[in-house]
Amino acid sequence: MDILIYGTVNSVIFSFIAVGFTLVYGVSRIPNFAHGSIYVLVGFLTWSFVNDLKINYALAILLSLIIAAMIGLIIYRFILIRLRGMPTSEIISSFAISLIILEGLRMQGIAGFKGFIGPFYILHPFIEGKLTIFGVLVDYQRLIIIGAGLAIVAMLWLFTHHTKMGLSLRAIAQDERAAMMLGVNSDRTAMISLSIGSALAGLAAVMILPLGCITAEMGYKVLIYALAVCIIGGLGSWAGAILASFVIGFAMKISTVFFGAVWESVVLVGTIILILLFRPSGLLGKQKELEERV
Amino acid sequence: MRTEGLYALSSWAEMAYLLMPRTVLILGLLLLPLILDMYWQRVLCTAGIYAMLALAFDFLASYVGLVCLGGALFIGAGGYISGLLNAYLGWPPLLCIPIATLAGAVISTFVLLPCLRLRGIYFAIVSFMFPLFAVYIIVALNVFGGTEGISALAILPNIWVEQYLILGMIVVSLFAIRRLVNEDIGLILRGIKDNDQAVRASGISITAYKTKAVFIASLMGCFGGAYLSHLYGWLGLSLFAMDFSILPIAACVMGGMGSLVGPVLGAFILTPMSEALRGFGQLRVVLYCLILIGFMVYKPEGLMNYIERKYHQFEHWEEV
Repeated sequence: MDILIYGTVNSVIFSFIAVGFTLVYGVSRIPNFAHGSIYVLVGFLTWSFVNDLKINYALAILLSLIIAAMIGLIIYRFILIRLRGMPTSEIISSFAISLIILEGLRMQGIAGFKGFIGPFYILHPFIEGKLTIFGVLVDYQRLIIIGAGLAIVAMLWLFTHHTKMGLSLRAIAQDERAAMMLGVNSDRTAMISLSIGSALAGLAAVMILPLGCITAEMGYKVLIYALAVCIIGGLGSWAGAILASFVIGFAMKISTVFFGAVWESVVLVGTIILILLFRPSGLLGKQKELEERV
Repeated sequence: MRTEGLYALSSWAEMAYLLMPRTVLILGLLLLPLILDMYWQRVLCTAGIYAMLALAFDFLASYVGLVCLGGALFIGAGGYISGLLNAYLGWPPLLCIPIATLAGAVISTFVLLPCLRLRGIYFAIVSFMFPLFAVYIIVALNVFGGTEGISALAILPNIWVEQYLILGMIVVSLFAIRRLVNEDIGLILRGIKDNDQAVRASGISITAYKTKAVFIASLMGCFGGAYLSHLYGWLGLSLFAMDFSILPIAACVMGGMGSLVGPVLGAFILTPMSEALRGFGQLRVVLYCLILIGFMVYKPEGLMNYIERKYHQFEHWEEV
């Protein structure tokens, strides 16, 4: 029973992390390797706002989400826009941006900036306390994560199906040229998708980071999880990302329970390799097999 | 302006014009250890390793279309195999290094094999993930020395052997890859980069050629790793560090992607710079990435392409 509940929590965490990446890739075919670094950056920004500037917690979260969206926008507008269409350069530059942010957060001694090193940075959970469901002890933060995850998925669905901006995002995702012929501006859509994707990464950060502490190394781990979910679910497929996050979440929890915590990474690598061997476009990948195999 | 590919060898001056860059490169590299002092000779060895990695990255990115974000995988594979052969079987370094190069290349290619029949972005993702996974697995299962690593490996005989080994390998690989991309296999690889469906329609198996290309690139990377573990006589988790992944990419973009000399020169520029900035800690990585993005946005052709272009634009009036 606790596998079920903690597995669900784990899966929702994975889907939270991956949905931003999938959104950006699905809409503009840009792999946003800076996803993990924005996650960590928002965590540290919120911590600084709350602890150094003594701003109200909720306001700090809102401010850091807005800053995350702006950073996404800036990344697209000033760097990635010049590199559209050259996949090699896009990958290299977004990877470089992620390293700038992550290693910059670990920097010490520049103009008195002491660098965020060590496991001392903690965000407080929203509501303290625990609840017992079906005999399993679950704290409120995890329940909030599940609720927020479902709410975000529902909101994204509504946004992309019923608002003009969301429909234009879907249009560009389906067929870029046809959408451009109908007057949808591809660059503006990419900017919007990148800022929403970064804001989602930030939202994931403020939801999930209270469960542990913030470290800069977590950026790489988050990026790997996002990439793993996208590979297994199919790059660019939103339903696939959610399905894949459930698959991975439960697989990792089950392997922890039966084999021990050390085998989690092995299970993840194994799943990725299995999918690459037997179903390369991912579980619900929309690309046809013929194109995919090249 | 001269045509770049077609020359009529009409005079000694003409031949000197063509040979000069190449001789300057080879002689410069080979004579460099004689003019440097002890500390910078060590830096030269490390720069050589990064140059091998940058060469491998440039070969994969510009001639096959695969962006390899995980140079650390090659270094780690080569380094660990060489160190383990030395530590557990007691073989001398000059025997371990070739074996580790080959074995490491086989293992790296095998590990990257599942993603080679898919589009290029999968290769980037998987090659990024594997060094980090290797670190997690080594730490979690506590094999191969775990977090402390294995020390007291046999080191290479003396400083001159160390330097000339890596410099020799750089010169040999550089000219070998240059030759390779102009052979048939090189043309096929370039075709795969430009339009793989067309290559496939010609009945050539894309996966097979990509595998060969990754094998060649990982040979270079694993040699660097095997050499590194015997340079300092120690192997540990730092062989999988992100530094080995990002500095070759920065060196490549700065030096000029596509021209195989550019990455080598970029590595020889960036490594001493990173040594000089050693006191600043993580600022070095931030600096490499800023340089990388600056070059990529403002001067994507890189230094060596620019220099090559200008060199070919020299005008020379002949007395008739």
